[in-house]
Amino acid sequence: MSDINIKITDRKGVLHEILAPTDMAMNLMEIVRSYELAEEGTIGICGGMAMCASCQCYVKSEHELPEMGVDEDMMLAEAFHVEDNSRLGCQIQMKPNLEGLEVELAPEM
Amino acid sequence: MIHTDILIIGAGPTGLFTIFEAGLLKLKCHLIDALPQPGGQCSEIYPKKPIYDIPAYPEILAGDLTSKLIEQTKQFKPGFTLGERANTIEKQEDGTFIVTTNKGTKHQAPVVAIAGGLGSFEPRKPPIPNIANFEDKGVEYIIRDPELYRDKKVVISGGGDSALDWAVFLSDVASEVTLIHRRNEFRGALDSVDRVQELKNLGKINLITPAEVKGILGKEHVTGVAVEKKGEEPFIIDTDHFIPLFGLSPKLGPIANWGLEIEKNAIKVNNALDYQTNIPGIFAIGDVNTYPGKLKLILCGFHEATLMCQSAYKRIHPDKKYVMKYTTVGGVEGFDGTKKEAPKAVVKAIQ
Repeated sequence: MSDINIKITDRKGVLHEILAPTDMAMNLMEIVRSYELAEEGTIGICGGMAMCASCQCYVKSEHELPEMGVDEDMMLAEAFHVEDNSRLGCQIQMKPNLEGLEVELAPEM
Repeated sequence: MIHTDILIIGAGPTGLFTIFEAGLLKLKCHLIDALPQPGGQCSEIYPKKPIYDIPAYPEILAGDLTSKLIEQTKQFKPGFTLGERANTIEKQEDGTFIVTTNKGTKHQAPVVAIAGGLGSFEPRKPPIPNIANFEDKGVEYIIRDPELYRDKKVVISGGGDSALDWAVFLSDVASEVTLIHRRNEFRGALDSVDRVQELKNLGKINLITPAEVKGILGKEHVTGVAVEKKGEEPFIIDTDHFIPLFGLSPKLGPIANWGLEIEKNAIKVNNALDYQTNIPGIFAIGDVNTYPGKLKLILCGFHEATLMCQSAYKRIHPDKKYVMKYTTVGGVEGFDGTKKEAPKAVVKAIQ
C-alpha cells in the first residue's frame, strides 16, 4: 500500500480527508498543492526550500516527524502566526509512518 | 522617456533569456525590476541553492545561472531600470505602451513582456492589526534614508541580516535602538550577531528576546509599541519609529490592475500560439503566466520567451518575413558589433 490517509484543515477551516502517495517523493506542501487545498500562489512560493514559510502548518497529531533542519528552524523564526507545533509542509516527506497525520494550514502570510 | 522594442517586466531567468532571443531578431530590450539587481528569485532568495533541471547543467547554483544568463545577453546591450516597480501602463494611439514605474520613470515600447515570476518582492508585513494606519507615519518596512532616524527612538523587529545590520548601523545614528526578536537565536551572519552582542553589552542596543511586537500606539504618528515577551507581562516601549524587517515576499502587485485576465494569481495567456495576454501586444512568460498544463519551471520560461519573441517580431515588423535562425548556422551578431560564429574549419564540403 503506497497511500496513506491524512487530514488537512484548510485556511477556511474546512477539513479534508485525503489519500497521500508515499512513493512519489512528495512532501506535505506538494500534497496541499496537488489537491488544491490552498489558492495557487499562496503556498510553496519558494518551491519547497524552506525559504518562504508560505506552507507553514500546525501539526495536530502526535506523529514522529522528521527532525527540524536549520533552514526550517530559522525560517520559522522569521515567519508570522508561529505556534509551538508549527512546521513547514515542504520539509515533511510523505512516509508510511505518517498514516493518520493531522495538520492545519497556518494563515496566509 | 526610455524607448525600446520589447519592454520586459522582471529580470529573472526568463526575462534575461528573452534579451538573447530578441537580440537574435535584432530587437532591443529594456528590463524593469523591483529588485536592485537582475536575477529575480534566483539571486534574491536562493543564490546558493543548486538547480538540477537546467539542460546541459547537471548542477548549477541559482546565482551562477543568472550570472551566465547576464553574460549571454551582454552583446545585445539591454537597458535596465532596477529598484523600481512597474506601476501603470497606458496604451498609445500608435499601438505602443507607456509603462511608468513607482519612481516615475517612463518607458515606451510596442511590445511588453511580463516576466515577473511570482511578482515583485515586497516587504513581509507582520500581522499587527493596526499597522497599516501607521505606514509612513513611523512604520517603515525599508530604510531608505538613515538620517530620518537621527536622534530618534527606533524599534527594529526581526532576526535576519537586515534586522541585525540596521540595528548596528542605527546604533550610531538614533538616540535609542531596540531590537526585538521572537527567539534568542538569530539567523544572520555570525559577525553581525557578534556585533549586536557587543553593542548590547555596551548599552548601545536594547535587545529583547524572545519577544514580539503585538501592537502599535499613537494617533498621528507612532509613539510606542506593545511587546509580549515570554514569561513576562506585556509591556510598552516608547518609540518614534517601528521598523519590521522580516524579509521579502512576492506579490503580483500593480500588474493585477492592468486589465489583464488573471486566474489563480497568474496571468492567463494563449499558450497555443504565443503567450499573449488578453491585451494584444502584452505577453506574459515564465512563472507569472497560466494556461492548461502550465509548469512553473525555468526551462519552460526559456521556451515561452523564445516563442513570444517571434510574435513580438511580427508585431514590430508586420511587413517583414520572419525566418527562424539557428545560431549554429548564422552565429550571433551583437548590437555591440561583435560576431560569434562557428569556425569555418568545422564546415566540411562534400567533394
